[in-house]
Amino acid sequence: MSRRRMLAIGGTIAFVLVFAAVAFYAKRGLPGWARRSGPKAAVTAASVQAPSGRKIKARLFYVAEDGTRLTSVERDVAYGEGADEQAREIVAAQITPVAEPLLSAIPSGTTLRAVFITKTGEAYVDLSREARDAHPGGTVDELLTVYTIVNALTVNLPAVTHVQVLVDGKEVDTLAGHVDLRRPLAKNLAWVQ
Amino acid sequence: MTARPLSLLSVAVTAAFLIALAAAISSQTAQPPALSLLSKDGRRALPIALVADQDFVALDDLAAAFQLTVREESLGAVTVSYKGKTIVLTPDQALASVSGRLVALPAPAARNGRRWLVPVEFISRALSLIYDARLDLRKPSRLLVIGDLRVPRITVRYDPLGTAGRLTIDATPRATATVTQEAEHLTIKFEADALDVPNPPLTSPGSSGVILSVRLVDATTMAVDLGPRVAGFKATSQPVDTTMRLAIDLVAAQTDAAVPAPPQPPPDLPPAFGQAVSTFRTIAIDPGHGGDDEGAKSADGAKEKDLTLAIARRVKSVIEARLGLRVLLTRDDDRGVPLDERTSIANNNKADLFISLHANGSRRPATAGAAIFVAAFDTETVQAAGGGVRVPTFGGGSREIELVPWDLAQTRHLDQSAAFADLVEQAFHDRVPLAERPVDRAPLRVLESANMPAVLIELGYLTNPDQAALLGGDAFQNGVVQALFDAIVKFRETWPAGGAR
Repeated sequence: MSRRRMLAIGGTIAFVLVFAAVAFYAKRGLPGWARRSGPKAAVTAASVQAPSGRKIKARLFYVAEDGTRLTSVERDVAYGEGADEQAREIVAAQITPVAEPLLSAIPSGTTLRAVFITKTGEAYVDLSREARDAHPGGTVDELLTVYTIVNALTVNLPAVTHVQVLVDGKEVDTLAGHVDLRRPLAKNLAWVQ
Repeated sequence: MTARPLSLLSVAVTAAFLIALAAAISSQTAQPPALSLLSKDGRRALPIALVADQDFVALDDLAAAFQLTVREESLGAVTVSYKGKTIVLTPDQALASVSGRLVALPAPAARNGRRWLVPVEFISRALSLIYDARLDLRKPSRLLVIGDLRVPRITVRYDPLGTAGRLTIDATPRATATVTQEAEHLTIKFEADALDVPNPPLTSPGSSGVILSVRLVDATTMAVDLGPRVAGFKATSQPVDTTMRLAIDLVAAQTDAAVPAPPQPPPDLPPAFGQAVSTFRTIAIDPGHGGDDEGAKSADGAKEKDLTLAIARRVKSVIEARLGLRVLLTRDDDRGVPLDERTSIANNNKADLFISLHANGSRRPATAGAAIFVAAFDTETVQAAGGGVRVPTFGGGSREIELVPWDLAQTRHLDQSAAFADLVEQAFHDRVPLAERPVDRAPLRVLESANMPAVLIELGYLTNPDQAALLGGDAFQNGVVQALFDAIVKFRETWPAGGAR
């Protein structure tokens, strides 16, 4: 077998293998090691930077002028296929840092790890540890942080009735020593102007 | 403006009392009311002007009574000075700046000809912060107690009972009294410096002719005019919390057919000697945060955990000394205490009230004001907590017992918690700047397991530089302590006798 022919066969095999691998993972999704590079960054980027994709209108929540309540703002949020994906897009948009005059009640550096919704309408929102560790404290500020997330999902997704916030994949008592996070919380518009 | 030392106004107590009595009588004939100033030097009247239903006093009258210097500044402001400390009043603003700190007044200062008038609350909210002696303004009775005098509030109640009736006289704070009978009068002499008595002392003496009237005889003595049916009396006294309750059972002479049968005693008759009394004994104060958990912080480094501990210690010492209650602190040093442990301390010691003290934080630096929180639960959660279960009993059979999950214990006390929150709000009004919505409900972890009325009080915002300075000051902290004292005293008055809660 000539050297040229061996190269052609090897190249063909390599091409087929690469093509098969791409087709396989396109169908099944990337393995964990490949996704570990930053799923929240990817989600955040999708909702903030994708100007051309399909969008929905969602009400997002920010700290009101008086500092003791939330105010809601209607914004474009990336479309997500199914309730879980849409919930993920909404929370990702909600925790994305915003510029003045908007002021977010989410501690800076907080990223989204996961969102899933049970058949009974309870959504679990798993935030990174910054949600707790970088929280500035105070009952009212903590209430605004929690109800930003709770209301963002319950107001925009009829399928979600309650929301429980997790931190780093685990249940937590509170974010800053006040608001009970051991149970899923219902929508509460008393904290919205 | 001239200043006249209070000591120069001293009048013998009896003579002063006659003046006050004359003022009281004249007030009944729609004359302008007066504020009674009571100090160890005697009693004097300070004229009150009614402006838009608000009680106002003249600044120059206050200046004379309290050795103040009042000066009108070029830009229209009025400064009131006392021993180097200054209050600034700005016309058209319902505010006073007291040594640089703002306090709210119910109305702005008003000019009446050449005189400046200020709302009477100026005395309790502003002047008391800079004055040497304690100023205790009792607005309902238009009385200002200066210094540490024993001036119990007296309330008198008459209940028809048996063949005659019972007169119940409460003195708060406690003052003992001796009762003697002279012909158709009972004379009640109190061990006090003066009495704070409503006018008239008894609004409904009943129609059966047992009591004709109750009146004030002198600064510390009251008299009861008895009807001809009364043959004798039996007096017993009993301390009830901060109150000394004097029960005078009046005994009727043999009745004849013309005298109608007396009505049955009302079901809420106050307890006399030997009957059950309030068992409000223990308060748990929870200084928020501690140890590594510093809580909210001010720009200049003041920490919530230090502030809450300092105020909790003050509350403890005042409540224990003045009310004789047991006060538990969930922490008495700078250490972290888990939230469940804080509630456990209250539950295991059978505290009757749980107060968690905090300071707030906001991402908006201008946010200000105190707020009182009561626990909030979802409706489904409360319903789920209300069930009983049947358990087997010794010797066979079963009985139903009430089971409430640990983290839902507060569901049974929400109404009383809300009632106490309202009392704190009322007590704060004169002393502590309040948020726009001062009482709120929220799912707060430390309150949910409390098996007694419980509130969480956010005293103000450390993230607001003005509030941070205020929160750290003695005057503010003393105001908080006094307000909590007042709220606790009022709350205890509602406490059921005999320990049932």
